[in-house]
Amino acid sequence: MDDSQLKRRFAEWEQEYSKRPARACETLSGVSLKPVYTPLDLPDADYLRDLGLPGQYPFTRGIHPDMYRGRLWTMRQFAGFGSARDTNARYKFLLGHGETGLSVAFDFPTLYGRDSDDARARGEVGKCGVAISSLDDMATLFEGIPLDKVSTSMTINGPAAVIWAFYIAAAELQGVKPEVLRGTIQNDILKEYIAQKSWLFPPEPSMRVITDIMRFASEQVPRWNTISISGYHIREAGSTAAQELAFTLKDGLTYVEAGIAAGLDVDGFAPRLSYFFNSHLDFFEEVAKFRAARRIWAREMRETFKAKDPRSWLLRFHTQTAGCSLTAQQPENNIARTGFQALAAVLGGTQSLHTNSMDETWALPTEKAVLIALRTQQLIAEETGAASVADPLGGSWYVEALTDELERQAREYFRKIDALGGMVRAIEHGFPQREIADASYRHQRAVEEGRRTVVGVNRYQLEGEKLEIPLLRIDPEVEKSQCERLSELRRRRDGARVEQVLTDLREACAGTDNVMPLVLDAARARATLGEICQAMKDVFGEYVEPPMF
Amino acid sequence: MAKRLRILVAKPGLDGHDRGAKIVARGLRDAGFEVIYTGLHQTPEMIAEAALQEDVDAVGLSILSGAHMTLFPDVVRLLGEKGAGDILVFGGGIIPDEDKQTLEGLGVGRLFGPGTEIREIVEYLRDRFSDRVAEETGD
Repeated sequence: MDDSQLKRRFAEWEQEYSKRPARACETLSGVSLKPVYTPLDLPDADYLRDLGLPGQYPFTRGIHPDMYRGRLWTMRQFAGFGSARDTNARYKFLLGHGETGLSVAFDFPTLYGRDSDDARARGEVGKCGVAISSLDDMATLFEGIPLDKVSTSMTINGPAAVIWAFYIAAAELQGVKPEVLRGTIQNDILKEYIAQKSWLFPPEPSMRVITDIMRFASEQVPRWNTISISGYHIREAGSTAAQELAFTLKDGLTYVEAGIAAGLDVDGFAPRLSYFFNSHLDFFEEVAKFRAARRIWAREMRETFKAKDPRSWLLRFHTQTAGCSLTAQQPENNIARTGFQALAAVLGGTQSLHTNSMDETWALPTEKAVLIALRTQQLIAEETGAASVADPLGGSWYVEALTDELERQAREYFRKIDALGGMVRAIEHGFPQREIADASYRHQRAVEEGRRTVVGVNRYQLEGEKLEIPLLRIDPEVEKSQCERLSELRRRRDGARVEQVLTDLREACAGTDNVMPLVLDAARARATLGEICQAMKDVFGEYVEPPMF
Repeated sequence: MAKRLRILVAKPGLDGHDRGAKIVARGLRDAGFEVIYTGLHQTPEMIAEAALQEDVDAVGLSILSGAHMTLFPDVVRLLGEKGAGDILVFGGGIIPDEDKQTLEGLGVGRLFGPGTEIREIVEYLRDRFSDRVAEETGD
């Protein structure tokens, strides 16, 4: 097509359009939008350089040549509440209804490396997730679920080494060897300081433990994803799409630098890194974000880090729909919100997906609510046709322009972070934390001033609304019985053996030996989560965040 | 000059969800309150102690971990034990209506849920302390 002709026609059209009183539009993240996109928005487009074919560099169009025709995404519902036994029943329920992977939600004491009977855990045991304080709890969690057959994702960060050791040891009890285990530990400590806030140690020892984990996995648990570099919590904390993309990828690149600095071969560990993103309300912006993420990662891994193995270039990711977009008002509407967000994740080429339940602004989900959420994924997979063709929105002038714009904004953030001395320094300066808090406050103001509509909250409210859905309640007895089980464990185990493994672990922490084999020994000896984490804190210290708002 | 109300915004327990607490802290500050934010991972003892030391009018607890039935009563009780039962304890988070009623019966002030606008909290606090502010204005 003759470009000059299009330019002329577009200029005329624009003049006509500008006479109309149309409203200005921007994405949820504040990217201002034109009323329509045309080839003029992609003046430097180079198909093979920027997009390629599915399964080919730079993977903008997806990481597999056949995308979902070969295999659907993994339907993986994040679940955990009460005791290990309660959650085990929920896993069997979900697997029985067509779920294809497991994902463990731990309670706050566990996320924070504390036992259920720790004084600081009071009131929180089993509330926000499942309480896991020992190998025995982990074995109960997966009772009757063959660990050589399922893949398991575990959202655990500060104490990732310990929880992973419990999992490996629980598999041993089932007679399953580490080399066949498949799954993921989140183990992304940088975003803990930025957003999720379940840290244990200061950044430097944390990075050391992470490189120990990467080394141990490459030698002994080769099918395990050692870090799930997560934007989810960054977004939930209030970031924009561009901030989620930028901070998450920069975290990922920082782990790659750390691995290389620790003497690992980039192609030895990079294929085991995976990502975890949020899928928020702005449909096209989210699709563009996922596409931009794949392209940036591929380019950085090949060009900057000189990775040779194509698997090191692939950005594989899990997606969860945006919890923070759900409303307590008219909660049934959340089913629709989640459906749109899940569709964006599929059109963005996700490898794995969690769909939120409608009742999660009130409590952890009921069985009925979580089943609707799972069915939403099955509807997309089986009824909508969205899984038939790779990257169906690729080539849309709008989506391509937005993909370019998000890559540009992410790289702008990369430059700012580099100027601060890298991601660890930027976090110490509070830079990403402040950017996110500012974005979150801007969004709140926009909602309160009516510039941003939230259906059922600041428009289309129901007069005198009453909650009409049932809620899941956690039995207060869970905390008590969990504490009893722990004291029983402490009575029956070999106390001298526990003392010895913890002493050995402290020595490894103080020296340079890989800590993983010692953490695993401690797990097998029935040392508890809190005891193992305390031994490590004795050497590494504990991180304290300076409060700011 | 009216006395500026002093509010302690606190995150009790191990709950790491601090988006709401930070938004409320900033919003109250912008509305003219004096705001002190504790930061994360505070025990009820630490919060009661901070409330006394900072001589606040109210403590706002943000709890999204499901531990509200333990932590709200703890803070109320500790303040009472320290002779500071006049400090208002209010809050917000993921709290079912039934629990809100139980807590309000135990002397906890209003509990705000998702979708609350900052101005609702501002109005509630101004209204709750209208006498205190008015008295001091009259001096």
